[in-house]
Amino acid sequence: MTVALSLVLFSIPILILGGTLSAILYRHDRAARITGCVAGFLGTAVGLSGALLGLIDGVEETVASVWRLPVGTVSVGLDPLTSFFLFCIFLVCGLGVVYAIGYLKHLPGRARVAPALAFFNLLVVSMAVVVLARDAILFLLAWEAMSLSSFFLVTFDASQESTRRAGIFYLIACHVGLVPLVLLFVLLGDPAGSFGFQAIRAATAPGGGLATAAFLLALLGFGIKAGFWPVHVWLPEAHPAAPSHVSAVMSGVMIKLGIYGLLRTLTLLGTPLEWWGFVLIAIGIVSGVGGVLHALAQHDLKRLLAYSSVENIGIIALGMGLGIVGRANGNSTIAFLGFGGALLHVLNHGLFKGLLFQGAGSVMHATGTRDLDSLGGLMKRMPVTGAAFLTGSAAISGLPPLNGFVGELLIYVGAFLGVVELPSASGLWTLAIVPALALIGGLAAACFVKAFGVVFLGEPRTPAAAAAHEVDMSMRIAMVAGAALCIAIGVAPQVALRLIEGPGALLAGSALLPPVVTEVLSAVTRASLALICLVALAASVRFLLLRRREVRRAATWGCGYEAPTPRMQYTSASFADQVLAPAETIFEHHIEAGGLNGYFPRTAHHHERLGDMAADRVMEPAMGLLVSAFGRLGFLQQGGVSRYLVWVLLTVVVLLVWQLGAF
Amino acid sequence: MFDVLMHLAWLILLPLPMLGLVTVVKSWIAGRRGPPLLQPFHDVVKLLRKGAVYSRTTTWVFAAGPVVALSSTVLAGLIVPMGSPSSPFGFSADVIVFAYLLGLGRFFTMTAALDTGSAFEGMGASREGAFAALAEPALFLALMILCVPAGGMSFGEAFAVLPASHGLLRSPGLLLAALALGVVLLAETSRIPVDDPNTHLELTMIHEVMVLDHGGPDLAFIQIGYALKLFVLGSVIVHLVLPIPADSWTGPAAFLAGQAGIAVAVGIIESVMARLRLSRVPQFLIGACVVAAVGVLVLFTGGRP
Repeated sequence: MTVALSLVLFSIPILILGGTLSAILYRHDRAARITGCVAGFLGTAVGLSGALLGLIDGVEETVASVWRLPVGTVSVGLDPLTSFFLFCIFLVCGLGVVYAIGYLKHLPGRARVAPALAFFNLLVVSMAVVVLARDAILFLLAWEAMSLSSFFLVTFDASQESTRRAGIFYLIACHVGLVPLVLLFVLLGDPAGSFGFQAIRAATAPGGGLATAAFLLALLGFGIKAGFWPVHVWLPEAHPAAPSHVSAVMSGVMIKLGIYGLLRTLTLLGTPLEWWGFVLIAIGIVSGVGGVLHALAQHDLKRLLAYSSVENIGIIALGMGLGIVGRANGNSTIAFLGFGGALLHVLNHGLFKGLLFQGAGSVMHATGTRDLDSLGGLMKRMPVTGAAFLTGSAAISGLPPLNGFVGELLIYVGAFLGVVELPSASGLWTLAIVPALALIGGLAAACFVKAFGVVFLGEPRTPAAAAAHEVDMSMRIAMVAGAALCIAIGVAPQVALRLIEGPGALLAGSALLPPVVTEVLSAVTRASLALICLVALAASVRFLLLRRREVRRAATWGCGYEAPTPRMQYTSASFADQVLAPAETIFEHHIEAGGLNGYFPRTAHHHERLGDMAADRVMEPAMGLLVSAFGRLGFLQQGGVSRYLVWVLLTVVVLLVWQLGAF
Repeated sequence: MFDVLMHLAWLILLPLPMLGLVTVVKSWIAGRRGPPLLQPFHDVVKLLRKGAVYSRTTTWVFAAGPVVALSSTVLAGLIVPMGSPSSPFGFSADVIVFAYLLGLGRFFTMTAALDTGSAFEGMGASREGAFAALAEPALFLALMILCVPAGGMSFGEAFAVLPASHGLLRSPGLLLAALALGVVLLAETSRIPVDDPNTHLELTMIHEVMVLDHGGPDLAFIQIGYALKLFVLGSVIVHLVLPIPADSWTGPAAFLAGQAGIAVAVGIIESVMARLRLSRVPQFLIGACVVAAVGVLVLFTGGRP
């Protein structure tokens, strides 16, 4: 066994032991917190070093277990794709643990720390095993462990009814998503005679009907986890309910395991068919634009971030679609640009979305609310959190010189090459990526200007916001580290290229790194450095000009009005209104209003919520159809035990006849 | 070396007079004499010599707005060729970087506006965000039309190929791209019919209202950046419309004439049109996206290399 794999495997007992100890110390909050966090930090650090080593050395190995399950041996392995995802998992979770040290210190109410840490460590382990697994059985077991441990984290604050509802919603969504995955592996494993990935890869003919069926099942099952539109409906419910260090990990890496699953399935299926790529591009466009529009409409900071995850998953889907189109056409440059851009965006989104969720957690910590319109003016009260959140906001909007730009740039270049080099039909599809990505970028910028501006700038809108204070050291360290990584990848993307080189080549099916990638990335470095120099130059010119001059402080200009109140500021809803106006028809307005009765009405209320288009227009009717279809089976359910026994008997007879008839 | 110096000289000397030319054209059409061509230059110098007043609500984000907006536009200006097919800072995929640099400047202008806590500025930022997002696909589609014949995503490659093989009149795709870019220019630089730079009512402004609280050197930075943006976007259109040869004399001359033509065109549009109602602006911008998309389709059916 290589050192890399041993290190990664060694991190598992550390995390599990630490989590168990923390659970044993249930009654002693401080002790539980310290053991849980220290073990979490150690475990992720060891795992991270292993993953990094595996990436640098390009380790490829598989280790089978000595013990056997009833269905065969269990095996784990390392290859560049696994190492890359392990790197993302351990990095984002490590930052999450650092953040949790301070975050869990002051929990609201009588909540206990231990479950938040024990299940967190379990979640990290199960995610690591998902990507390590080399056979379907272990994969599905770890997948289920991941769903369950995150379910307990989502329902951590179970005293609130909304949290319990979100938890149940999440649990159901996870298990609905599991059904296509079980089908997928049964379908693939049956002809292969084994559930090992190696055997499946050898037995599956590329491009056949089996491969297509497998791809569609994987798209559905993994798509639910990843949050593709329209099966993302669980995501904006579950992610905001979880504690913030967990939301950061769920949005940052857990949903990316859906992407991992899809990519892993692709490696099992050989050369993909071109139309799979078209499907992913279409999904990417809809998820991206739909996600960001819904994000703009939100007034809850964490819900906004959850919807923006749907948008970013859309960008990743665009990259994957491009990669598949390139691969199917035998153009490894386009394939690398697509898959590489998608992978880079997986890492980048993990970093900035983790950072932003942590920022949201800090805001909640300091003010007790995540309602955008109750906040404001936090930049002065929480300067470090504010600066980190601003960095994350600019990064998620895909602006240079930050990391979000780099991944999108690779996808842009790939899409352009698709137009130039591929046949017209494929070229039109890759062309569609360009305006879509541009629109998503523009809307994301508006969305995050709103999120950052309404929360951190202006005057505080409530006393709670005015009384806010900067958060603990550990939380600040985690956020600043995240922001620093965002800048580092933006300025020196060659470092990140080293990380995606291996898995990108694996997916693109060619070991050669296309020269255009290094060329573009070194250009990014030059542009980023030039930009930073120019900003420094302009800032010093401004400083020198103002140094000897009179600089005064006064009220904000309000057409001569000198006594504005914070309530006169533009709110989140008013900011979003202008942007959403052209997209008015896709939203369903849920309005609750009343109280304006009689000649002299006293109190009135108006509550307006923009519904989720997918939930209102797609999922709800679909569920209605299902319910009415199942209603037809109601005649089976009459409550008499004897009748049920008859059904059981009949079923057994039918099965026997079917099986015996087959022989 | 000479090319680089000339590029820098133009970047420093020409944007503000170009803005002046727009005003002069508008005045002529209205039957007035108008301010001197160098009036914007005098304004900026005056602002640079002033102190500043900051709102008590603001933080460093407010001060960062003009600084980032100006420097990102300067970098965009270094990327776009001016009068010769190459630029001092061109690289592969610089077209995308160019578009995103404009986005960066906008992002920081919008955050600086929200930093004042004023409803007016929030309004301006919200409108800017909405309209910019809609203009973005048009910009990218037009840039694609520009780049596909050259097979490379940099202005240098695109402009080197254009005059030789794809004259504007021979390729309707390019004509549509120029049209879309023209709309993007009007939207990005907040000119009529999207926004009126001369309005005095805060409620109807877009760009002006976002920078309402800036004064002194900050406002000077904003004015310079604004003029630069007009100049830079103008030079993309000029290169697209005029076949600019890689010659050391005719190229720059054609370029200057083209830029002057754009200033005159902006002035004429501004004199003969009223601004659109705010709710109409998205339709105007989506129209530009459609025009650019049709241009792409034309490219696909006829003009693919």
